[in-house]
Amino acid sequence: MTVEPALLAKETAAPRPKPGRTGRLGRDAGIIFGAAVLLLMTLIGICAPLLGTKNPSEINPAFRNRVPGIEQTIRNDDGNTTTFKYRMGTDSLGRDVYSRVVYGARVSLLIGIAVAVISIAIGLFIGLIAGYLRWVDAIVMRLMDGLMAIPAILLAIALVSLFRAGLLSVIIAIIIPEIPRVVRLVRSIVLSVREEPYVEAAIMAGTRTPLLLVRHILPNTIPALIVQGTFICANAILIEAILSFLGIGIPPETPTWGNIMAEGRGLFRIYPHNIFFPGLCLALTVLAVNVLGDGLRDRLDPKLARRM
Amino acid sequence: MQMTPNAKPVLDVQGLTVRLPGGADRINAVENVSFAVSPGEIVCVVGESGSGKSVTAHAIMGLLPPRQLTVAGGRVLLEGDDILVKSRAAMRKIRGARIGMIFQEPMTALNPVMKVGDQIAEVLDIHTKLNERERRQRVLDVMGSVHLPEPERMIDVYPHQLSGGQRQRIMIAAALVLDPALLIADEPTTALDVTTQAQILKLIKELRERRNTGVLFITHDFGVVAEVAHRVVVMQHGRVVEQGTTEAVLRRPRDEYTRMLIRSVPSLSPPARRPLDDSVMVLQTKALTKTYTTGGLFTARHDVKAARDVNLIVCRGETLGVVGESGSGKSTVARCIARLIEPSDGAILIEGADVAKLSPRRLRPHRKRVQIVFQDPYRSLNPRRSVGAAITEGPVNFGMTESAAHERARELMRLVGLDADALTRFPHQFSGGQRQRICIARALAMEPELLVADEPVSALDVSVQAQVLSLIDDVRKRFNLAVLFITHDLRVAAQVCDRIAVMHRGEVVEEGPTTTVFGSPAHAYTRALLDSAPGRDFDFGQFDAE
Repeated sequence: MTVEPALLAKETAAPRPKPGRTGRLGRDAGIIFGAAVLLLMTLIGICAPLLGTKNPSEINPAFRNRVPGIEQTIRNDDGNTTTFKYRMGTDSLGRDVYSRVVYGARVSLLIGIAVAVISIAIGLFIGLIAGYLRWVDAIVMRLMDGLMAIPAILLAIALVSLFRAGLLSVIIAIIIPEIPRVVRLVRSIVLSVREEPYVEAAIMAGTRTPLLLVRHILPNTIPALIVQGTFICANAILIEAILSFLGIGIPPETPTWGNIMAEGRGLFRIYPHNIFFPGLCLALTVLAVNVLGDGLRDRLDPKLARRM
Repeated sequence: MQMTPNAKPVLDVQGLTVRLPGGADRINAVENVSFAVSPGEIVCVVGESGSGKSVTAHAIMGLLPPRQLTVAGGRVLLEGDDILVKSRAAMRKIRGARIGMIFQEPMTALNPVMKVGDQIAEVLDIHTKLNERERRQRVLDVMGSVHLPEPERMIDVYPHQLSGGQRQRIMIAAALVLDPALLIADEPTTALDVTTQAQILKLIKELRERRNTGVLFITHDFGVVAEVAHRVVVMQHGRVVEQGTTEAVLRRPRDEYTRMLIRSVPSLSPPARRPLDDSVMVLQTKALTKTYTTGGLFTARHDVKAARDVNLIVCRGETLGVVGESGSGKSTVARCIARLIEPSDGAILIEGADVAKLSPRRLRPHRKRVQIVFQDPYRSLNPRRSVGAAITEGPVNFGMTESAAHERARELMRLVGLDADALTRFPHQFSGGQRQRICIARALAMEPELLVADEPVSALDVSVQAQVLSLIDDVRKRFNLAVLFITHDLRVAAQVCDRIAVMHRGEVVEEGPTTTVFGSPAHAYTRALLDSAPGRDFDFGQFDAE
C-alpha cells in the first residue's frame, strides 16, 4: 500500500481565520490605559529629582500644615530671595508633600514589581514540582493550605514584627502570603497539562523530568501567571500602604504613599491634602494595574479567547 | 426497505444557502442544498467534517448561532409550511412538538442535575396542558416504547446513573414524546459503542415504522448509512454532490467524490495476509494486570480491574489488533506496555527484558524500543513547538547531535508523505491527517521495535483514515516493525491486523488470526461484536458496472 498523491493534495491545512477586528480596540483600551499610567508612574519615580522636588525628608518647622499651592520666599545669605512653591502643601512637620508623593512612587512601584516577580518565581517552582510529583504534592499543598488559612495582612504584620522594619522585610512579609495563591494556580494548570498526549509523547521520547517540566509544561502557565502577576502587584502596593498606614511598614524617613497618609491621619479633617494626594496616586496606580491585568486576561486566557 | 410512495414530504429543503462570516475559507457554509424527507423515510446526510451537514441540520431546526451564520436563501418546508421565515417564538413551538431532535453526545445533551423523567416531562410541560398525572403516564409510555427497562424506576434517576445507550434512549424518548412529524438525528450513535449503536439504530428504524416519522439522519459513517437509510444525500464543501436511494448511491455512485468516499470504507472481510517469514518475539505480556483503587481514607476502598491476566504476543513484522468497546481495558493495556502507567501485576517482556516494574531511571534505556501514536492528533503535538522540534526531541535526548537528528527528521517527513521543509512550521498549520503523519514520524525517529497505535485513525475522516492506515502498514513493512494496534473499529481491524485479540471487561476473550476471528468467531462476545457492525452485509467499494 502506498499513499495516493492525489488524495494528499486534497488534505491541505486550512489556516483558521483570525477573529474579526471588531472589539479588538475595546479590549485593548484597558491594556493601553493601564500600561500608560504605569509607565507614567515609573517615569515619575525614576525622574523624581528632576521634577522640581526638594529633599522629601527636610523638616521645615516654620512652615507646617500649609495648604496646597502656597509659596515660601526665603532670603538667602547673599541677599537674594528664592521662592519655593508647595504644590501639595506641607505636612505636620513642614515637609513638602509633593516631593514626598513623587519619591513615594519609587517605593510603591518597587514593592509591587518585586513582590510580583519574586512570589511568581517561587510559586512557579513549588507549583511545578507539586503538580508533577505526586508525593511532594500532598505535603506541599497542606502547607500552602495552612498558610492560606491565616489572613494575609495579619501574617504580614506578624512577619514584619519579627524583623527590623525596612524595605526588605516588608517585601518578604508581603511575598509569603502571596506564594500559596501562585502555587495553587500553577499546580492546577500542571495537573491538567500533564495529561495531554504531547506530554506523554515527550515521556515516551525519553525527555527527563526537569526538561519536560520546563519545555512542555511551564509554557502553559505563562499567560495565567502574567495575569496573576498584575493582581499580585496591585495587591502588594495596597498591602505596603496598609502596613505603612498602621505604622509598621517602611520607616517614615523613606516616604511611601502609605506612610504619608499615616502621618496625615491625625489632622485629616483640617488638612485633607496630606491624605488626598498620596491616596489619589495609590488608587490610580492600583486601578491601572488591575485594568491592565483584566485586559491581559482577555487577550491571553485561552478559555476566554476561544469564546470571542 | 420500501418507501411510502407519492407521500407528501414532511420536510422539503429547497435551495438552502447559509452564509459564513467574512474571512472564512469559503463564502457559504451550505450552498443551494435541496432534498426532501417523506413520512416514514430515513434520509441520511453523509459527509466528512466541514461538509456542512451539521449546519444544514441546525438551519432546519432554526438553531444557527445568531450573527455568525445566516440563512442567505432557500426555503425549508415542514409539512408544506416554510419554517425559515418563522419568528423565534413560533420556532420554539415547532421544535419539540413537530420536529424532534437527538444529538451526538448523550451526556452533555442531558441536564446532569435533573431527573431524566423530568427532562422528558419538560417537553410536555412546555407544549401541552396535561396535568401532573397525565404527564407522568405519557413519560412512562414513551420510556417503555424506547425499550428502557423498568420505566417506573428509571423515571426518577439522574443521567449519570445511566449507561450511554440508555441516555441516548432517554434523548430519543424526549424527542418522540409529542409524536413529531420529523426527527433530526445529528450523529446520534457516534459516541456509542458498536453493540449499543446497533441497538439504537434498530430502535430508530422500529420507531419510524411504528410512528411513520420522517427521519433526517446526519452521519459520517457509511456503515450506518447502509444499515438504516432509505435515501442518501452526500455533501462535500457545503454542496450536495449526489443523492438518491441507498442502493443507487452505494452501488452505482456517479460522483467521483462519492466513489472515493465509499472506496475508503474499510471492508469487514479481512484480506489474505502473507505468513510471517520469521517469528522473532518483540513483545510478550504475561498475566498483565492493572487494578485501579478508588476511595481510601474516608470511603470504602474499591478495586477496579481495568485489565486482568492479559497475555499477548507480537512478533517482528506483525500487526496485532486489540479490539474492544470503551471500558474493555484495551487502552489500559497499551499504556501499560508503553509504560506510561505502571502495571499492578504481571510481566511485560520487550525483546526478553521485563520492563513491567522498572523504576523511571532504569526504564529510560527501554523507552526507545516502544513508541506510541495517540488518538487525538490535535493534542498529541505541543502547540508551542515546531514540528521539527517534536521529531528531533527523542533522538537528541538519547545523544544524537542536533544536526544529525534534523537530517533524520527531514528524511522521515518525506517518508510519511510530507514536505521536509515543513519542519519549521507549527502543528496548527497542519490538518488532522497530516498531524497524525507527523506523530508517526516522531515515533519512527526513535527507531522503535514496537509501535503502539492507540486508536490512531478514530479522530480522522474516512478518506484520510485510509491514507494513514496505509502509511502505518507501509512503515511496518519497511522497518519490519511489530505493531500493536488498538481500535474499536472492526472494519479497520480487519484491514490492518494479522492477528486479533478481542477484549471484554479487562480480559482477552478471544485471540487468533484475523481471518479466523472474523470468519468463525469462537466467543459469544466476538460474535455479538461482529453482528453489531453497521452495514456488515454490505460490501463497500464493489460498484455495479454501468
